[in-house]
Amino acid sequence: MNGGSIPRLARGMRLREDKARGQWVVLGPERMFVPDEIALEILRLLDGARSVDALADDLAARFAAPRAEILADVLAMLDDLAARGVVTA
Amino acid sequence: MTDAPLALLAELTHRCPLRCPYCSNPTALTGPGEELDTATWARVFAEAAELGCLQLHLSGGEPTARRDILDLVRAAGGAGLYTNLITAGVLLDAGRLAALAEAGLDHVQLSVQDAEAGSADRIGGYAGGHAKKLAVGRLVTAAGLPLTLNAVVHRQNLDRLPALIDLALDLGAGRLEVAHVQYYGWALRNRDALLPTRAQLEAATATVEAARAAHRGRLVIDYVVPDYYAKRPKACMGGWGRRFLAVSPAGRILPCHAAESLPGFDFPNVRTSSLRAAWEGSEAFARYRGTGWMPEPCRGCDRAEVDWGGCRCQAFALTGDAAATDPACALSPDHGLLALAVEEAAGAGEGFTYREPRPEPRRAPAPG
Repeated sequence: MNGGSIPRLARGMRLREDKARGQWVVLGPERMFVPDEIALEILRLLDGARSVDALADDLAARFAAPRAEILADVLAMLDDLAARGVVTA
Repeated sequence: MTDAPLALLAELTHRCPLRCPYCSNPTALTGPGEELDTATWARVFAEAAELGCLQLHLSGGEPTARRDILDLVRAAGGAGLYTNLITAGVLLDAGRLAALAEAGLDHVQLSVQDAEAGSADRIGGYAGGHAKKLAVGRLVTAAGLPLTLNAVVHRQNLDRLPALIDLALDLGAGRLEVAHVQYYGWALRNRDALLPTRAQLEAATATVEAARAAHRGRLVIDYVVPDYYAKRPKACMGGWGRRFLAVSPAGRILPCHAAESLPGFDFPNVRTSSLRAAWEGSEAFARYRGTGWMPEPCRGCDRAEVDWGGCRCQAFALTGDAAATDPACALSPDHGLLALAVEEAAGAGEGFTYREPRPEPRRAPAPG
């Protein structure tokens, strides 16, 4: 994945609130991921239209952090989620 | 306070056109007349979601043998559950798949018996089944539904694991479950014909590792070393009554789908009990929950809360005592039984005892 990639949740993956346990989860076939706070911020921004660059812009503005650092973190996290079949681009 | 369960396995029916010799259904099958009706299942799904379940597995038997399968999928989606259809596929066509997708189905898990049609049809006891499954697999992805291919493996098909992996890729599956046969019920009867050799197992493990690396990001492969070659047992169901519950076609609420094989239980039934009452208050769910029930060598073992003593059904099937340490554990005094079984199977033939419908014996009416 790179700055121009447009990531989205992979087919069969759903992000939803787990009220019984007070958390958000990604549900997939026979699997469940509990994203940490940062992963959840990223997953919530995936709309199948915005690029990784656009996500990094958004997050850098909201968290007042250096954009290059944010972009690197976002790419690393998306690569990891892609390897686990949670997101695709 | 008992943690909430994560998933419900709904065994909608024991009816199935296939006759796999390792079927996970009990050897005494429930007849169609005793199956729960649509409204009862819908209530069970709503109760499961309310109790904290996130996932629902619609299984059987063959779940699509239910004429109300679309209504059941709609009810599950309405309850907010992630709904997975575990199917042999042979009763599906493009129209039914489109209707299932439209009804809100989240995922399809399609079983195959082998990568080669002649062998697959012999194992499943259903002529033409394999070709149908391949067609259905393509229809699943064409309908926009995510697909898991479930390959049940054993001595008579494990050598074709590379071809099964190719098949998963070819069908566009995002996930492949390489499931070693678990030896209870029907499978225990056919164990001699099914247990793989150590050489087969080692080749399979290497194949899976190589394929995982080669298809990273494209195909997820789930694979667990089978009990008969393991040193430690699997955490069956993530522990008794910890994460998972099942409801049988006749409505019995079970900690695992095979638990009906255990003697001395009075399992609650959805006709008279809520899922919450069964989960939080029944003796059946409490009996092997946690670590308090454990015998030596589980008691005090540093893995007691890792594997939760292994599988109760396997302990009972092999030792006659459901409360024994699972013999899959090398620390179990009965661990030698597994090596013995492997040895016996090595010299055995390939013939199967097929699953045949045999209704549950009716309970004798209460006296008076």
